[in-house]
Amino acid sequence: MSLYTRRRIVNHVGLTLSILATLFGLFWLAWLLWTLFGNGLRWIGPRMFFESTPPPGANGGLANAIVGSAILTLAGVGIGAPAGILAGTYLAEFGRTSRLGAIVRFVNDILLSAPSIIIGVFVYGLIVLRTGHFSGWAGAIALALIIMPVVVRTTENMMRLVPDSLREAAAALGAPSWKVTIVIVYRSALPGIMTGILLGMARISGETAPLLFTALNNQFWSTDMSRPFPNLPAVIFQFAMSPYEDWQHLAWAGALLITVTILGINIAAKMLLKRTKS
Amino acid sequence: MPPDPPVATGVGVGSRAPGDRIFRGLTGFFAIIVLLSVFGMLLTLLVGSWPALKTFGLGFLASKEWNPVTEQFGALAPLYGTLITSIIALLVGVPVSFGIALVITELAPSWLKRPIGVAIELLAAIPSIIYGMWGLFVFAPIFAATLQPWLTEHVGSLPILGMLFEGPPMGIGMLTAGLILAIMIIPFMAAVMRDVFETVPASLRESAYALGCTTWEVVWRVILPYTRVGVIGGIMLGLGRALGETMAVTFVIGNAHDIHASLFMPGNTISSTLANEFTEATTPLYTSSLLALGLVLFVLTLIVLIAARLLLMKMRAREGQRT
Repeated sequence: MSLYTRRRIVNHVGLTLSILATLFGLFWLAWLLWTLFGNGLRWIGPRMFFESTPPPGANGGLANAIVGSAILTLAGVGIGAPAGILAGTYLAEFGRTSRLGAIVRFVNDILLSAPSIIIGVFVYGLIVLRTGHFSGWAGAIALALIIMPVVVRTTENMMRLVPDSLREAAAALGAPSWKVTIVIVYRSALPGIMTGILLGMARISGETAPLLFTALNNQFWSTDMSRPFPNLPAVIFQFAMSPYEDWQHLAWAGALLITVTILGINIAAKMLLKRTKS
Repeated sequence: MPPDPPVATGVGVGSRAPGDRIFRGLTGFFAIIVLLSVFGMLLTLLVGSWPALKTFGLGFLASKEWNPVTEQFGALAPLYGTLITSIIALLVGVPVSFGIALVITELAPSWLKRPIGVAIELLAAIPSIIYGMWGLFVFAPIFAATLQPWLTEHVGSLPILGMLFEGPPMGIGMLTAGLILAIMIIPFMAAVMRDVFETVPASLRESAYALGCTTWEVVWRVILPYTRVGVIGGIMLGLGRALGETMAVTFVIGNAHDIHASLFMPGNTISSTLANEFTEATTPLYTSSLLALGLVLFVLTLIVLIAARLLLMKMRAREGQRT
């Protein structure tokens, strides 16, 4: 076999394997979605949105968990996103070359990939132990700590894409630097920052591990953030692991709902970014 | 683009205005919050795990005992499970991620690059708990009926390797957990690899093609050596994720405090132990031991993540322009 033939064969084998690897990756996505729709779609009905989680054997829905999750997620975004935007602003505007900026940037990257269960344990020690009980606020703060580094990262990246000539032009007109940042830089970076917030929101709305030690769960309708708080991921976990079939059905319905929501937010965020790019 | 020049904002005349000082202080405060939360995590875990570390000493890491009744706790079994499942995830995930990155950067026609990229990113967006449910109810039964008997039959009889694939095909266990972890970290590693592959200058790539290299040779001899540091950084990032992944593993690993040679047997990881037992821990020493497990996990992921970030930073520094 000539060297040329061997090189060609190696090339073909390598590239075929790569294409198979890609199909392998896409295959799992297809299988997961197929399973979710196959198992979940049947059990989705109006009752799911209007009735609270039932005891085993009774009829019920996921209304309390859905509303609870929405409140927790929004509270997490409400706390985490502004904090992240401000910290990201510091990195982009004041800390570009400073030592503190470099350290914060590095630590933020660590926080970005830190195991979410550790964040749950941290908030447990910080809040649940101090106050003596699980609460919606603890859950919201855990989620805020998860979304914050995402927002810090995108805010910094997006603000640094804004050309300095724009800042200098505004400064030359006499604007103080805070005004330059808020009126000029934020305005140009806004779509990018919004994308980051949406992606972060998608991530925290499915987080389960940190909520187990913070918001815990609540079988009943509750909007009191200072008490254990109902949330969809914890309900899915509890119901899926239970031996009761009707609970498992609700878990599948909830799983479908949460996945469709998250993928929807993701796609919306990507379209937002693409539209502003073009 | 040269390194960022000093910018007009924040220095010079503007910074003397009170509004500027307030704004700078405010943003700086939240930057410090980022720092404090990571140190707070470390501190909380250290303080919380102190009673357990004082009681068991370094033996905590070496003991596989985990008995809430007699209050004997050791980290060995969950630590072993964490490491083994992560290694399986890397063994399966790294070649696949490499293939995906290669297809996206080198092979796919440009109209297909984006859809493949988006689909892989969606795989990363699916929450961990969904992987867990799917793994337990869908994947595990099929796995037990097909792949596990096949492995036992064909690999199980080999002398040393066979020990890994002994035992009843239950579907759940270390191997299942490792495989599901692999699927979960593939998108992260593939995304990093794609990004670093794209930093290779087109002139370098095209020179190699011009010399008559095949696509495979270009990837293997030009792109990979050029991006090696970044690729390793991406793999470490994936490892960091695999080590701390909780819900998916909790569903499928079987939750047994045991160490078996066979990958078919149920086991435990640090994060699944925390998820299962944290709210049930009744005595202070029990809680403290769980926190000590958390500390071990956090330190482990910190080391991996710091290494990953340093490697990726080195890659970018050489690249010179990317931020």
